[in-house]
Amino acid sequence: MLTGFDLQTVINALPYLFFTGMSFTLTLTVLSTIGGILFGTMLAIMRLSRYRAMSAMAAGYVNVLRSLPLVLVIFWFYFLVPFLAQWLTGASSPVRVDPFWSSVITFTLFEACYFCEIVRSGIQSLPKGQSLASQALGMTERQTMIYVVLPQAMRNMLPLFLTQTIILFQDTSLVYVLSITDFLGAAAKIAQRDGRLLEMYVFAAAVYFVISLLASHAARRLQKRVAIIR
Amino acid sequence: MITLNDVSKSYGDFQVLSHCTTSVSKGEVVVVCGPSGSGKSTLIKTVNGLEPIDSGEILIDGTSVSSAKTNLPMLRARVGMVFQHFELFPHLSIIDNLVLAQRKVLKRPRPAAEKKGMVLLERVGLIDHARKFPGQLSGGQQQRVAIARALAMDPIAMLFDEPTSALDPEMINEVLDVMVELAREGMTMMVVTHEMGFARKVANRVIFMDRGEIIEDAAKDDFFGKPRSERAQQFLSKILVH
Repeated sequence: MLTGFDLQTVINALPYLFFTGMSFTLTLTVLSTIGGILFGTMLAIMRLSRYRAMSAMAAGYVNVLRSLPLVLVIFWFYFLVPFLAQWLTGASSPVRVDPFWSSVITFTLFEACYFCEIVRSGIQSLPKGQSLASQALGMTERQTMIYVVLPQAMRNMLPLFLTQTIILFQDTSLVYVLSITDFLGAAAKIAQRDGRLLEMYVFAAAVYFVISLLASHAARRLQKRVAIIR
Repeated sequence: MITLNDVSKSYGDFQVLSHCTTSVSKGEVVVVCGPSGSGKSTLIKTVNGLEPIDSGEILIDGTSVSSAKTNLPMLRARVGMVFQHFELFPHLSIIDNLVLAQRKVLKRPRPAAEKKGMVLLERVGLIDHARKFPGQLSGGQQQRVAIARALAMDPIAMLFDEPTSALDPEMINEVLDVMVELAREGMTMMVVTHEMGFARKVANRVIFMDRGEIIEDAAKDDFFGKPRSERAQQFLSKILVH
């Protein structure tokens, strides 16, 4: 089956695949991870809040988004937000949303739900005595969260963060539904243009595989370095 | 200094504290003892508001703990507390454990906070361990650090919640020694403990609790000499025989 494998097609496409495609994929992954962790941490703190309304709001958000397929959210956001923005701003025509920022925001909003659950379990897994000790020293709940709870929870959760980031890295390929040239999108375009489907999709798969594998190895090493001695 | 007036608390149907009234004067050392589940740990946690109460009143230096108007964090900063399981912050070095609340709560600049921390580490005999992390220290050492951490806030009183119960026997004395010294310097202390040797040595008064009630509240010599209640007598005979 692989007798006709044309390596030259792949080699010729490398600059386009990496400088255009992969750079988009990685930028999207990094920005959405940062956004997702920040927003997800906020959601987690809201979910654990003793104010019912706040906790219910965050829980509702997380549950709704987790019940929707990611592709649908990407679609919805990209096609509906221009109209929503028009309605909100009172513009005369739908507001154009840049596909890049649209995907960054979509992934941030979506991934935040998963990061929220990771952070929430991280916070809950800490012995309650830590919060009590911090409060007994006169620290407010806010200070306790920032200086005592989160630093420990984050360290405990680091491996899960990285695993989730690897999933996100793979998920970003779904932006192909918006005809965006991410890494997979770039490979698909070359494949169509040159009629080299096999070569391009095998190569794309190999690249995703290698990067994900290396990242999980890095995750494991990092985990050992930041682990708290107990 | 510390006044508890008719304090009650229950979890659902279970009454953990019922009508507890007592007080601790300035410079006094009061030991709270009693069988497990008697509510003594809950009682001491109500003093700095870590456990909310259902009814009654607790005053520290004239300030009500349960009043909504009270700035609870500021009040807690003035009352040191030492826990059964030390509760040092494992992600911070020993010195940073002592520095954190000084900086964030008392707004002391870092050099001053560190200096204070070092003086206290010296005092509990652990200055060489300042840059280590809690996980690298033994239980007894960790508890001494926890005492130093509480003292770094210049507290007007100290609360100890079974400070030696989680320690291996050979480490109990190093912690008790620090506490005895503290008591002799005139620190106001409320100590939940089973260490009757400690109580005999430094306590002014002993409170005996059972089933959420303060059964006996007596001067040390009276308590050990001739406890009035039968339950206290039984308790003492059980723990003093061995």
